[in-house]
Amino acid sequence: MIDGVDNEKRRFLTKTATMVGAVGAGFLAVPFASSMRPSAKAEAMGAPVEVDIEKLEAGQRVVVLWRGKPVWVVRRTPEALANLVELDGVLLDPESDQSEQPASSKNEARAIKPEIFVAVGVCTHLGCSPVYRPDIAPADLGPDWKGGFFCPCHGSKFDMAGRVYKGVPAPVNLEIPPYYFVSDNRIVVGLDGEKV
Amino acid sequence: MSEKGMSFREWLDERLPVTKFFEDQLLKYYAPKNFNFLYFFGSLALLVLVNQIVTGIVLAMHYKPSAELAFDSVEYIMRDVDWGWLLRYLHSTGASLFFVVIYMHMFRAIFYGSFKKPRELLWLFGMVIFVLLMAEAFMGYLLPWGQMSYWGAQVIISLFGAIPVIGEDLATWIRGDYVIADATLNRFFALHVIAVPLAILGLVVLHLAALRTTGSNNPDGIEIKKNRDLVGIPKDGIPFHPYYTVKDLYVAGLFLTIFAWIVFYSPEMGGLFLEHPNFDPADPMKTPEHIQPVWYFTPFYSILRAIPSKLGGVVAMGASIVVLFLLPWLDRCPVKSIRYRSPLFKIALTFFVVSFLGLGVLGTKPVTETYTLMARIFSVIYFAFFLLLPVFSSVEITKPVPERLTEPVIPLAKREGFQWRLIEDGIRALEHSPFLAGIKQLLSKLLGKNSGI
Amino acid sequence: MKKALTILLLCSISVVASAGSGIKLEHADADVFDELSVIRGAGYFANYCLGCHGLKQIRYSRIGKDLKMNETQLRELIQFGDARIHETIQAAMTPGSAISAFGVSPPDLSLVVRSRGADWVYSYLKGFYDDPKRPFGVNNIVAPNVAMPNVLWELQGRQEPEFEAVDGKQEIVGLKAATHGRMKPREFDGAINDLVNFLAYVGEPSVLHRVPLGKYVIAFLLFLTYLFYRLKKEYWKDID
Repeated sequence: MIDGVDNEKRRFLTKTATMVGAVGAGFLAVPFASSMRPSAKAEAMGAPVEVDIEKLEAGQRVVVLWRGKPVWVVRRTPEALANLVELDGVLLDPESDQSEQPASSKNEARAIKPEIFVAVGVCTHLGCSPVYRPDIAPADLGPDWKGGFFCPCHGSKFDMAGRVYKGVPAPVNLEIPPYYFVSDNRIVVGLDGEKV
Repeated sequence: MSEKGMSFREWLDERLPVTKFFEDQLLKYYAPKNFNFLYFFGSLALLVLVNQIVTGIVLAMHYKPSAELAFDSVEYIMRDVDWGWLLRYLHSTGASLFFVVIYMHMFRAIFYGSFKKPRELLWLFGMVIFVLLMAEAFMGYLLPWGQMSYWGAQVIISLFGAIPVIGEDLATWIRGDYVIADATLNRFFALHVIAVPLAILGLVVLHLAALRTTGSNNPDGIEIKKNRDLVGIPKDGIPFHPYYTVKDLYVAGLFLTIFAWIVFYSPEMGGLFLEHPNFDPADPMKTPEHIQPVWYFTPFYSILRAIPSKLGGVVAMGASIVVLFLLPWLDRCPVKSIRYRSPLFKIALTFFVVSFLGLGVLGTKPVTETYTLMARIFSVIYFAFFLLLPVFSSVEITKPVPERLTEPVIPLAKREGFQWRLIEDGIRALEHSPFLAGIKQLLSKLLGKNSGI
Repeated sequence: MKKALTILLLCSISVVASAGSGIKLEHADADVFDELSVIRGAGYFANYCLGCHGLKQIRYSRIGKDLKMNETQLRELIQFGDARIHETIQAAMTPGSAISAFGVSPPDLSLVVRSRGADWVYSYLKGFYDDPKRPFGVNNIVAPNVAMPNVLWELQGRQEPEFEAVDGKQEIVGLKAATHGRMKPREFDGAINDLVNFLAYVGEPSVLHRVPLGKYVIAFLLFLTYLFYRLKKEYWKDID
């Protein structure tokens, strides 16, 4: 080695420069990573959607697009509401403890007003959109079917409150989006009533 | 290094020659010890290349290569994408600085004769990279789909129409339409993001491999490999790592500071890096008043405009680039570095550089009679340099080349020639001037006051 | 400041037109960081420009965020009716009806300051003068024969051209006030400057983010460069 080399100093300077350089690289990574987040345009597309439910009859469903996802609005019949109670035994999470929903919808009917059911129509298994099957005991779904949603991709079953059955691939209940009633017949999907 | 780290390296080295590669390429690669600032531009070019690729990948995620959407998608990047403006300015500034760096790099090669035997292939690979880089920049400039993008591409592609017989068909084939259109934009996008970058990367590898074979030239233009010590290490060589890695890092820091200054305070660079008419969307019905390519193409564009014939202009422009390829065979002087060459060569090179810069400036100006005349004079000088080079370089009276390396930059006192004496006298006069003395006094007063506190 | 205003006032007395194609532009005092000016400019834009010209590259919500206004305040400043806050700014007039009214579709002004420059927009807006030969009775000294009426005439008052013989031809060398407007000349210049400031902001909203950040980035890089410099010095002791 050459005489008079201060190895301690070299090591210190190398370490400091490396550390400061790494901090810089870290800062530089931020713009690159955040540029891949949803842009202002995507956020604008994801703006709350207003739905008019005046003409929605009992047992019918409308589908609206919110953040590129289908959102179902169903006017449930009194029979369907009555059936909800009977199913607790065959459901994975009847109390909706594991699933995503606003506090206002964490109840038996999973809704602000029991007869109006709003849910994100995306299966919690792998993202297919389940089909609406309000018919009672059809041939393909068996005699125990009380109406609900059936995912054709992998056979997951949900009841009329979007609660998942036991023994199917989907792990949790369907997601309930934030929504609120502007008036009796108009709801806004995508915004929590308390935050307005 | 910890035991665990050591064993992992051993594990890796048994399967992949990582350590060996690092040792051969950096620790045992001996570079001349007297590199001066002109030798930084190679590694800076690599730095900018990385910047262009990384920012380019992210921009391509948001950009839409269609005539309908392209312009708005660039503005979308500038506004709606988080930090999109930064990525775009890094890319656009990087494009211009790439050419600054490359032109300096090429100038260095001519200045110190780095293209000469045994480095002809190294120069040729570099020239191919330069041509590919021009293609890359040209196609990239169409993508924002502004007025300058559109009409610039229209003009340049029309050049191919000057080729006899096949010209018009060729131009149409390149465009994929009868004018610059959606098809052109779409294929330019594909070429800009995939084909040309891949080719450039491949050639950079060849360029570096050739460099590692011959070793770097130096400001004295002598081969350090001829002078080895007992173990076979060049006496005037120092290991690339750590000496040149730390030096390059330092210069990279300076360069990035300038880069950042442009990106944050002057990304348009007064219309030089981002031209004002390009903020108007492409309109096939309306040509802007002055069409000019971006600054880095203007020297060649000036040569094109200086010739009063379509075919002649295209040929001259092509020739102005082709002659650069031939440089290793045009320059017949055995001495490499300008330090030991005749005053004749120095004067010729000065004329060449002035004409190149002059052509560059003229290319940004509208056509007038005076400017055209000037462009013609400069074009003649440009070509005269290359045409006369084989003649005078073979009879040049050179100075004796030293055996061993000298200083990176020759101090003023050692330089020969009246101009250096003049500068020296000037500096001396300035040092003794009452003005400078006054400033010194003021400074010491201020500093004295500060240190008193 | 006072001096600057006086100069501005002097300049505004006559728009100097040089011979030939080039018109000497007046200097706009563009500063997008003057938030109040930009807000006033947005108000002028909404009142006088938005009828025909859109700003399709910017969202109302972005303006609200950058100018620190909530939706209610923003709706008061720029009356955008049914349009939602996240939408981009569209002109009230449809392109079809605009073409039947003016013969051309009024251009989108999102990037006008970036493509033409602040001085051009400033001089253009001040450059209307009476010309009975034109369909709207006005012409413009900066953009001759432009198909746009002088929407600001009520504020500015009408202007008449001043002629001078150049090479035997009568050429316009400047403009002078023919009638008084609702604003005093200085007040009007300020209003136009506000408008230009707003349009400069719309041309590149990220400038509000970009410029303040620059000094930190550069300070950091200088520090890093200093460390690299020390490192280089230390190692090169072996060589030098």
